[in-house]
Parts: sequence; C-alpha cells; structure tokens
Amino acid sequence: MAEFSAWDRDEARRIVGGLVHLEGATLPILHALQEEFGYIDAEAIPLISEALNLSRAEVHGTISFYHDFRAEPPPRRVVKLCRAEACQALGCEDLVAHLAQAGGIAVDHASPDSPVAVETVYCLGNCALGPSALVDGELIGRVDAARLLTLCETQPGSRGQR
Amino acid sequence: MSQVVPSIRVFVPIDAAALSVGAEAVAQAILREAAERGIEIELVRNGSRGLLWLEPMVEVETSEGRVAYGPVTAAAVAGLFDAGFTSGDAHALRLGPVAELDWMKRQQRLTFERVGVTDPLSLADYRAHGGLAGLQAALALQPAEIVETVRASGLRGRGGAGFPTGIKWKTVQDARAEQKYIVCNADEGDSGTFADRMLIEGDPFLLIEGMAIAAVAVGATRGYIYLRSEYPHAYRALCRAILKAEHAGLLGDSVLGSGHAFHLEARLGAGAYICGEETSLLESLEGKRAIVRAKPPLPALQGLFGKPTIVNNVLSFAAVPWILAHGAQAYADFGMGRSRGTLPVQLGGNIRRGGLIELAFGISLREIIEGFGGGTLSGRPIRAVQVGGPLGAYLTEQQLDTPMDYEALAAMRAMLGHGGIVVFDDTVDMAKQARFAFAFCAKESCGKCTPCRIGATRGVEVMDRIIAGQERPKNIAVLRDLSRLMTDASLCAMGGLTPMPVLSALNHFSEDFDRPPLPMAAE
Ligand SMILES: Cc1cc2nc3c(=O)[nH]c(=O)nc-3n(C[C@H](O)[C@H](O)[C@H](O)COP(=O)(O)O)c2cc1C
Ligand code: SF4
Ligand code: FES
Repeated sequence: MAEFSAWDRDEARRIVGGLVHLEGATLPILHALQEEFGYIDAEAIPLISEALNLSRAEVHGTISFYHDFRAEPPPRRVVKLCRAEACQALGCEDLVAHLAQAGGIAVDHASPDSPVAVETVYCLGNCALGPSALVDGELIGRVDAARLLTLCETQPGSRGQR
Repeated sequence: MSQVVPSIRVFVPIDAAALSVGAEAVAQAILREAAERGIEIELVRNGSRGLLWLEPMVEVETSEGRVAYGPVTAAAVAGLFDAGFTSGDAHALRLGPVAELDWMKRQQRLTFERVGVTDPLSLADYRAHGGLAGLQAALALQPAEIVETVRASGLRGRGGAGFPTGIKWKTVQDARAEQKYIVCNADEGDSGTFADRMLIEGDPFLLIEGMAIAAVAVGATRGYIYLRSEYPHAYRALCRAILKAEHAGLLGDSVLGSGHAFHLEARLGAGAYICGEETSLLESLEGKRAIVRAKPPLPALQGLFGKPTIVNNVLSFAAVPWILAHGAQAYADFGMGRSRGTLPVQLGGNIRRGGLIELAFGISLREIIEGFGGGTLSGRPIRAVQVGGPLGAYLTEQQLDTPMDYEALAAMRAMLGHGGIVVFDDTVDMAKQARFAFAFCAKESCGKCTPCRIGATRGVEVMDRIIAGQERPKNIAVLRDLSRLMTDASLCAMGGLTPMPVLSALNHFSEDFDRPPLPMAAE
C-alpha cells in the first residue's frame, strides 16, 4: 500500500528546486510532489508559480486540467478500475453495480473518510485480459467481483486485513 | 534429451499483461523450486510473445529451440519440475516449440521480431538479435537519403491518422532552426490498444533506436517520449533503457560516436485522453493545460516550444530501424494498396484468444477474430466489433470480411486507427455504447470548441431520452443533426469523430434504439 509523507513546505520547495531546470518542468514537478505527498497541496501553487515564473492561475489551471492530480490527500487505497470499451465487453459495469450493492462502494464517489476509493480509468493497456484494475501500481487482469471486493479491503475490522 | 549444460535458460515475461495474471508469482516459484532441487537455471524476464490468453507463458531453451508452457500458475510450478520441463519434457501445460505455434507461424513479425525473444533491458541481447543495424546503416547515409528511405518504404503513421512518415520527416528536415525536437507519442489512450505498451516493455531499445535515426535525419538534438501515466511498468522499463542507452553511447553528445548529439527523456502524462492528440500533447510537454492548438502551423514547423518537431507514434518510430536495416523495398513488399508494411493488431474485449498479432496489411477482420481469436470468450455469438479505439466505428458480424487497410475501412465509414479490435457478444446494448461515446467525449474534451464541449453533453442527454423511450423519432433526428454538427464543426478529431461510433451503432444496430424502455435508466 502506498505510504505518503505528510505535507511539508520545505521538502516541497526542495522537490521543486530539483526539477526547475527541466524544459516544461510543470508536469514533472506535479508528479514528483504527488509521488511524495499523495496530492498537491494548495501551498504548492505559489512555490511552483515563483519557481517557474508563471501566474498562480496558470499553475492552478494546469493542475485542475489533468485527472491524475489530487487536491486532497488520497484514501489509504485507490483502486483504478478500467471502464473503457474492451473491459465493458467483459462486464466491468456489472462490477461497478456489484461494488455498490455488495460493498456499499460508489465508484468515483468515495466518502471523505473512507479508507478506499474506486476510481474510473479508461484503458490500462490490458484489453485482452480484462476486466482490469490498477492498485498501488500493480496491474490486475481478469478481475471478478470477489477479487475486486478483496482489493477494496484495507482496514482490520471492516472486512479483515489482506 | 537432457544434456549437460552449465545452466538452463528459463523465460518468464515481465510484460504488464503477464504480470496482471500472476507472472511474478510464477517467476518466484520457479526460482524457489530450482534452488530447492539444486537445478542451475538462469531466469530471463522477457517481453510477452503476445499470446496473452496463455500468460503467464513460460519458455525453456532446449536443443529443439524454445519450448513454451502455459498458462502457468505458481501452484503448477513444482509439477512442471517433476515432469522435467527444464528439458522441455511433456506436461499438460506444454504448448510445444514457440516457433511451431500456429499463432506465431502465421504472423509476419518485423517490428515485434525481438519482443518476447530477448531480455528487454540487455543491450548485448539487443545487438545479438540485430539491434542497432538500422541506426548504423543510417549513420552511413546522408540525412536526405535516410528520409528518402523512410518515404520509399511507404510507412504511414501508426497513431491513427496514417500520415506518410517520410513526408513529415522531410518537412522537419527542410525547416531551418537552431533547435529541433523528436517527440514520441506514447499516450496510447485508445481502448483496445496495447501494442505501444508491449513494445516499450518488451524491446525499448528499438524505440530509442528509431528516434535516434529520426534525430540524425533531421538534425534534432533533443527528444521526449510522452507516456501515459496508466503505464507504470512501461515507464520503469523506458527510464532504465534510456539510462543504459546513455551509458552505452547510443544516446548523448555523440550517438554511437557519430558526432550527432541526441538527448532523450521520458515524460509522464497525467490521465487525459486528449493528450494523445499531437498538439495537445505538445502543450502538455510544455507544462500547460493540454488545450488543442489550431493547425496550421503544423507541429513539423512550429511544434514543441515553437520549434520544428517530428511527432510520431511509438510504432512508427519502431518500424524505422527495420526499414533502414533491410531496405525500403523489403518493407514496402508487405501490405496492400496504399497501406504498406505490417500492422501490429491488438485483439481484445470479449475474445477467447486475445493478444498481439503483427501481420501485413490486408488480412480480414474475420481471419483475425475467428482464426486467431477463436470467437468470443463467453462462447456467445459475436454481435459488434469496434475497430480503431473509442472514436472508431462499431461493425457488424456481416462486415468482418473487410480487410485491415486504411482505405478499405474508411470506405465503410470506419477507421483502422491504432489497430485495436474490441469484440462484443450478443449481450451488448448498442444504445448504451452510443451513450458512452458521448459521455467519454464530454469527460475528455479539452473544452476549446463548442461543438465538442457542449455537443457531447447534449449527446448524452439525447441518448438518455432515446433509451428512456421519449419521443424517439424526434430525438433520433436530433441525434443525427448533432452528429453532423460535431463532425463538421469540431476543431480536432475528438469531437469530429465521436459521431463515428454513435452513427455506426444507430445505423447498424437500430433495433437497440427502439427497445422497450427500462423502468428506470440505471446510472
Ligand atoms: C483525440 C485524439 C487522440 C489521439 N491519441 C493518440 C495516441 O494515443 N497515440 C498516438 O500515437 N496518436 C494519437 N492521436 C493522433 C496524433 O494526433 C498524431 O496524429 C500522431 O501522434 C502522429 O504520429 P504518427 O504519424 O506516427 O501516427 C490522437 C488524435 C486525436 C485527435
Ligand atoms: S474537438 Fe473537442 S477536444 Fe478537439 S479541440 Fe475541440 S473541444 Fe478540444
Ligand atoms: S479497455 Fe480496459 S484495459 Fe483496455
């Protein structure tokens, strides 16, 4: 399970400083910050805008344009479930319905205090072995309802630890 | 048959698809079992051969060539050792020599010739299997001769639009500028496609070599590979391959000692489908919101940071080393009509035997889906096949005799795109698929132009009314008008082609637009 550091302004400044020399440094910086902290804290925006000589609005606009970047710390576990056509052909929408009924999990609508979020992605490049999911950087093929529920278990006591 | 050899070479793929069905556990079990039994093995982590339904597919080097077993589970490993699989002996999972497998024998592998064969991160292995021959041949030519060779091969961009690669390269070559760029489009956003991923994970040096040839040809000194963030395994493989290529002098201040500088970097996207569109991709590389640019100016003249830039798909670059090594004519000898060479086809969705198949253009969809694929995974009848990604048309079972060829598909208002084929059985609801096409466009539109931004949202609403059974004839007329507007007035193919899946669904599967409405539309 991914572990992230708590937001730390000085550490963020170091990360930004280490990457400013790149051409088109914005995305590499945003990825590096999210890799470290799990999200892009609002305090990072002035850091980036100063370092790259961009307006805060530009930096904010870039962050919000891309689906990947989070403005809030992520839940303990994020399951990215593919809902594109090849996985649709193998019933990924049934999995979404099953998650709601059997697990009480609404895809793309996790409650803020939930330890797990299931999020929609469109294609993981595993279209011959779908339905597919990506969990903590691990690709999983031929996902079925039981496997998906197991992947969503994070807390001892809720559904038992993995 | 077992002879005394210092160590037996066993291959377990490190391809993400193989890992997704347990290849890592199999590799660990093989190492453990070999150690316990005191058997010397050398475990090689290769790319995937593309028989994805047989993954994890394990291979062993024997006197009769490489013998395959699959699909192997970690639990089956002890039994494989008991049966003597390290000498290629019989077992229920034994598939036979890889070279004899029907799936392999029927292909023409040029771009994918080394994928699954070699250790993807071994430059020595790469060279031993013909790697770098194309770059070496290129370095012996004048830049204009390199570009002419690419042009004469008939290679067309594999990213979807099918634009002649040699002509694009010529434009960049002729441009005068102190800085030019080579950019690889590895955004591979189309559902049903995974050839770029498999190539990057299975033979990354080939992409690097192809980009280096482009750099030498047009005088570019910097390059970027824009890779989607959904591919963490490919990103790791690519970063490691670039480092190794730098250490070996394939990249850097003097490519293979030629005096040409070429510096290459991999960059991650951030989960936006539109970044596959080349100008949006360039905006993203520049660090901005990825809003599509109006063309002209062409990226070839004013591309990355306003400089002349080659933007090509992974498979376009990866085809080039073979062309330089074997000659333009050898490549052009494959294919049909104006589609020359080979196409790596990706077969997915509801299919019994899915995977990667590289073939000369011209084979029919039916031969691929039935001959290679063996029909649906569910065992139910095929009802619809989407070719060319989310912006591609849905075809009926009766249309499957169409050849895989840019013009043949265009003639039936479909497109080849990046070569992805997604199969659906008869449980598919085509009205829902049409709704999805609009919903996807609404979510992924860059927002620059109204027909796409607003049109896609309207499209979802109209489809909801049709599905709910409200004033169907009127709403179907609205649907057609809206589709015409989006086709004619969108700035790029995102909005411009979304009507293709929608109208193909409506025209070929109209019965699905006239079903008794459900009591309540489910989400
Ligand atoms: C919405 C949209 C998405 C695209 N996605 C990709 C993609 O993921 N990969 C790709 O190579 N080309 C994609 N393209 C095509 C590129 O714009 C461009 O034509 C291609 O990168 C040129 O390279 P090629 O000539 O080698 O095909 C897309 C185009 C559009 C309109
Ligand atoms: S068609 Fe859509 S994606 Fe393309 S430029 Fe217009 S709004 Fe952007
Ligand atoms: S469509 Fe789900 S992995 Fe490609």
